[in-house]
Amino acid sequence: MTHSPALASERPASAPPLKKRTTPMKRKQRLAAYLFLVPFFIVFITMLVVPLVYAGYLSLFESKLIGGDVFAGLANYVRALTDSAFLAGLGRVGLFFIIQVPIMLGLALFLALALDSARGRGSKAVRLLIFVPYAVPAVVATLMWGYLYGPDFGPIAQISRAVGLGTPDFLSPESILGSMMNIVTWEFVGYNMIIMYAALRSIPAELYEAAEIDGAGQFRLAWSIKIPAIRPALMLTVIFSIIGSFQLFAEPSLLNAIAPDAISTSFTPNYYAYNLAFINQELNYAAAIAFLLGVVIAIVSYFVQLAGERRERVGHAERGIEP
Amino acid sequence: MTSIDTSLITTDDASDGTASPPRTGRRYSPEGRRSLLLTILLWLCVLYFVLPLWWLFVSSTKNNSALFSTFGMWFGGDFSLWENLQTLFTVRDGIFLRWMLNTFVYAFVSAAGATLLATMAGYSFAKYDFPGKKLLFSATLGAVMIPLTALALPTYLLFSQAGLTDTPWAVIIPSLVSPFGVYLMRVYAADAIPDGLIEAARVDGAGEFRIFAQVGLRLLGPGLVTVFLFSLVATWNNYFLPLIMLNSSELYPITVGLAQLQSAASAGGGSQALFSTVITGSFVSILPLVIAFLFLQRYWQSGLASGGVKG
Repeated sequence: MTHSPALASERPASAPPLKKRTTPMKRKQRLAAYLFLVPFFIVFITMLVVPLVYAGYLSLFESKLIGGDVFAGLANYVRALTDSAFLAGLGRVGLFFIIQVPIMLGLALFLALALDSARGRGSKAVRLLIFVPYAVPAVVATLMWGYLYGPDFGPIAQISRAVGLGTPDFLSPESILGSMMNIVTWEFVGYNMIIMYAALRSIPAELYEAAEIDGAGQFRLAWSIKIPAIRPALMLTVIFSIIGSFQLFAEPSLLNAIAPDAISTSFTPNYYAYNLAFINQELNYAAAIAFLLGVVIAIVSYFVQLAGERRERVGHAERGIEP
Repeated sequence: MTSIDTSLITTDDASDGTASPPRTGRRYSPEGRRSLLLTILLWLCVLYFVLPLWWLFVSSTKNNSALFSTFGMWFGGDFSLWENLQTLFTVRDGIFLRWMLNTFVYAFVSAAGATLLATMAGYSFAKYDFPGKKLLFSATLGAVMIPLTALALPTYLLFSQAGLTDTPWAVIIPSLVSPFGVYLMRVYAADAIPDGLIEAARVDGAGEFRIFAQVGLRLLGPGLVTVFLFSLVATWNNYFLPLIMLNSSELYPITVGLAQLQSAASAGGGSQALFSTVITGSFVSILPLVIAFLFLQRYWQSGLASGGVKG
């Protein structure tokens, strides 16, 4: 990704002896480079770094009735790590991640591979129609599915009763997490599919020719050439999905209105932090929860990436390909 | 994060056709080898994604009583779309239109700003060499992993100390940061702008900013549209940030507004025909983005990949 060698080599022949120290021209370019970065990094620092540090700072204090904010050390963290409501919420999004993400990404990968193979009719329309839910806000998607799930007038219940299966209960405490998984799957399969499809389209033709001549079938081709070739894009979708599932908010907060028994105020950590901060006025504790959530996401992302890289090395070794 | 690095490079190789030429695909999949089974499977999947939206459309043509007495997936009762629209745009003195306008303003200003900042930063990372480049870029990439909603709480507190909560700025300024946009633009600019062109412009005596504005921006078209559209969707669909930042309902974007209408409908027991208003509102609110994606597909898809128009 470094372009400096190419840049240097295009200099006129008389230039090379000068390249040792920074020339005025080089200095001018450096200044320009920093100036291009300044606007982004101003917003980056004020909107990302400062809030992050501030959350860390706040989380170390406690609000007392007498005496106001008092330094509390790690008390908020100790409380969070022993708070069964927070831990249950974390467990719920963890379960969500383990079950929903493989289903969503598996479906997206299947669709991307199917569209890439061009064996189905109307691929272009299929691609667009599956992508459309991405343009639907989570709020609208949740409202809509909330009506669709409705036990009395929801079309799913209507159909189910018509064929004699009784009324399914999508909004009970036992099934609400599954219903939520379905909403998120519906929203994001298309987005992930497009990322994977774009990566598939840019695999160079040479990679295929040999395999096609060898008479490898579509499944073989997908498994041993296409999927390894788009591994980086797959990793990207996994990382985004980790972030997405651990910070679920709109879905639980809107489903809470139609299924208050099934969705507690601590259903997901993010929803819990919101309720703590704005309903209970426990800002310091909410900051600790938000901070911990960020740490959990970073740790999970790191390990998933590590596992992905190890898998890649093993895969290369097995096939005898130089990484 | 190195593992992510190559994904979008390959993606972008295809878009300007400089690197390995994208497959035409046709050669190896002659028309005769289409699979009926796969076609059926694909269209079954399409049904899953489209039927809920079909329900939304059908339901927005029903009045409140037909909504709860007719079969959801087909028209029934009187065709009330026009009455519903009329109610929607007049309820609470036409606040729905206000919410739509707010969403437009927030999303367009944020997306334009985020795209500009990301483009300048990405261009700088791609085309210049300077001390600290590695560190700054790593910091940017690391930030992709920070959950933005986890930042929303401390951001809210900082904004309230600055007296900026309950203003449009509280929604727009935090949405200007797009680390992923910087990453995308860096990868895109690295391929789309030949170094030779920049050198030639320098030899002609053009300043660095003129080169960026006149050579760089022109070649970054599809990348710009892609980053713009994705930041637009991110702000348009955002619920958490405006929910905590805004108090006055005339400042709400459509997401927060609809959620408020819905909870009013639930609380009011549906006595004021509010459910049909919420549903019609939901339907109307998704139209602009869906239409934008359909019309701009040529651009955003070529920003992600090209040569892949099949079917």
